[in-house]
Amino acid sequence: MELFGHMMDGFATSLSPFNLMIVILGVTAGLFIGAMPGLGSVNGVAIVLPLTFIVPPSSAIILLAAIYYGAMYGGAISSILLGIPGASTAVATTFDGRPMAQQGKAGLALIAAAVASFVGGTISVILFTLFAAPLADIALAFGPPEEFALVLMAFTTFVGLGGDDVLKTIIMICLGLALSTVGLDLISGQPRLIFFDQPGFYSGISFLVLAIGAYGVGEILYTIETSKSAPSVTPARLTFRELGAGLREMNKLWRTMSFGSFIGFFVGMLPAAGATPAALMAYGLAKVTSKNPDSFGKGNIEGVAAPETANNAASTGSLLPMLTLGIPGSPTTALLLGGMVMWGLVPGPMLFIEQPDFVWGLISSLYTANFAAVIVNLALIPVFVWALRMPFTVLCALVLILCIVGGFAPSQKMHDVWLIAGFGVGGYFLRKADYPMAPLVLALVLGPLMEKSFRQTLIAEQGNVFAFLERPLSASFIAISAVFFLLPLLKYTRSLSCAKAA
Amino acid sequence: MNYTFARRLISVAAVAVLAATPLVAEEWKPEKPVEMVIMAGQGGGADRLARLFQSIIQKENLSNMPVLPVNKGGGSGAEALRYLKDKSGDNHVIMATLNSYYTTPLRTDIGVNIEDFTPIARMALDTFVLWVNADSDIQTLDDYVAAVKASGGAWKMGGTGTGQEDSLVTAMLEKEFGIKVTYVPFSGGGDVARNLVGGHIDSSVNNPSEALGFYQANKLRPIAAFTPTRIAAFPDTPTMGELGHDLVYWMQRSFVAPKDMAPEAVAFYTSMFEKLNASQEWQTYTAEKALLAEFLTGDALQAYFLEERAKHDALLKSMGEGS
Repeated sequence: MELFGHMMDGFATSLSPFNLMIVILGVTAGLFIGAMPGLGSVNGVAIVLPLTFIVPPSSAIILLAAIYYGAMYGGAISSILLGIPGASTAVATTFDGRPMAQQGKAGLALIAAAVASFVGGTISVILFTLFAAPLADIALAFGPPEEFALVLMAFTTFVGLGGDDVLKTIIMICLGLALSTVGLDLISGQPRLIFFDQPGFYSGISFLVLAIGAYGVGEILYTIETSKSAPSVTPARLTFRELGAGLREMNKLWRTMSFGSFIGFFVGMLPAAGATPAALMAYGLAKVTSKNPDSFGKGNIEGVAAPETANNAASTGSLLPMLTLGIPGSPTTALLLGGMVMWGLVPGPMLFIEQPDFVWGLISSLYTANFAAVIVNLALIPVFVWALRMPFTVLCALVLILCIVGGFAPSQKMHDVWLIAGFGVGGYFLRKADYPMAPLVLALVLGPLMEKSFRQTLIAEQGNVFAFLERPLSASFIAISAVFFLLPLLKYTRSLSCAKAA
Repeated sequence: MNYTFARRLISVAAVAVLAATPLVAEEWKPEKPVEMVIMAGQGGGADRLARLFQSIIQKENLSNMPVLPVNKGGGSGAEALRYLKDKSGDNHVIMATLNSYYTTPLRTDIGVNIEDFTPIARMALDTFVLWVNADSDIQTLDDYVAAVKASGGAWKMGGTGTGQEDSLVTAMLEKEFGIKVTYVPFSGGGDVARNLVGGHIDSSVNNPSEALGFYQANKLRPIAAFTPTRIAAFPDTPTMGELGHDLVYWMQRSFVAPKDMAPEAVAFYTSMFEKLNASQEWQTYTAEKALLAEFLTGDALQAYFLEERAKHDALLKSMGEGS
């Protein structure tokens, strides 16, 4: 019951009027920061961190948690409305969120994102509350071989899909993997694929740049071509009735959402991974296990719910290694870690023992922040949807500007803006030729992780490839990957025999 | 307006300018936000420290204009070095450095000579310690060397990227003891510590700040320190020197400015970091994280940089890494 007492103390602090006001302010600010392409939770937390010296530490933590959660919710908004990922973690949300908006279901997609985020946040915070200490040991059990096997599993969920052309998917994955090798090799420290000796390529190609180019700019080009005069987006309206309908719709998605929450939490917990891979993996798994995989990428509500539950769950999950091991799982948690150091707290295995007030205060403020975020988000959906009523000629220019800002802001290099333009044109042609974009983004996100863990394992095990099969965790992941990979083959042969029979 | 009047006006103006110059020089202050370039990516040890400095500057109000950290970690800091080179004469850019400040220009030809940059202040020297998992049987350096030898080259030493500090320390170890390890590079010191605790690697040469939490939780065991005297935070850990091996290696944490920064601006930043160095917060941090707050400025700092560069040149050449 010690846990219960700690939690009650935490809630008593986070529910005081002053702190409630801070939560609502933080969540609203976070929502807009997250919705703005190029600004994500990292920027939100960075901007607010110095302010936390003014307010008492307990309120400071609440403010940071509120911004963090708000930004995680907000990322989905521009992914759905504009087709540009609002934050790197919301890349997977564009896959189905954007088509939904184009079909006039923007309101429903936004409700789905908000509810899914809430479910993901809640499940993960409960997991965190109950199992923080034992889960830290699982994070430790993940060495390079396990990381590799997990990433491999994520890839196979994308190959093992019905609907898309398998060959085209594999081509896109290979292209993404090739792009992911650009930059400095971690193992030897040597530069690779520095095109035209441009110094900008030294830091590699960011998947966010690719996603903004291929989805944002490419989409605009495609829309301009296909609809010369008519607006491409059906204006969406949102009433209480639709809100109710949306909630009922979400009620059918418990399986997808709980799947997404668990995957998100566990992948987010691994220091090397984070929320973006988690969201992509949840998307892939939702697709593989769906009864109706063909509709993914064409506006399936599950394709919005899965990544959104996962990225929120992962953002909670990534707090776990930060607090228990002192290792941040994402750039945002790295900043939080810096903040904690400034407040005189030492994150690491001793934190839960020496600073229970801080830890449980943080956890209870996550509950409060999550609750506030879903309320504020749902309340603001009509405002966001209203943005779509803009004439296409205006919206188109606005999206292009946001693409440029969103590409420039994180790295502050013009180099990335040119890359976005290049990927936009490239993405447009690939789209015309009916190549799927999601596997390309996935490969660029997971490629560096996969290559690194693969080579680390081979170096450590003196080149023994079977090392992956000798460890129970990685062996089981590889077995699951094999099943996912062979699944479409089975379906294919079955459909062939069916065709013959008929 | 006649000729003499104009001449008088000019001379008055000249006097005014002359009179004003020393006044301005004494009170130079940033006129716009100051860019603090960080030679490493977000979340690493160098980044965390730079952001700590930023927060202290803000908290103690040491600068009238905000200081904005910008990460330029590409190419082991090559990106940042090139950037600083292009900022010649700019009074509003400073850069937080680590040892890649000299190793990167030595390893790859990026057209940067660090002699051109303006030294501002060295804030600290970070130390290195040899670590093993607390579950292992290794208690002393002799145990360690014996275990590595017994493994026949399969001993897994984890560290940061090849050619960076951890790999240099590992190379020094190998040379001194005539041993051979398998060096497994990771993307950051925190990652290395986690893999050591998880048993995925056999030893590391982490900075104390990266391993301190695990040490306090009895998950990691320090074997020996690469310092001339014992580190205050680990009073029971012998130095390599005590054990008869002359192995010392430091990670410097300094600030530099572009070539041709105005002397008034240099004076401003130097005094800003002097005040930072004296702040209670920084002193507490260095004591807790086992950093040595050895403050150094001006020509003495430049001499230190050049001396370190020469040392690293020799070290890299002996590893077959130099250019």
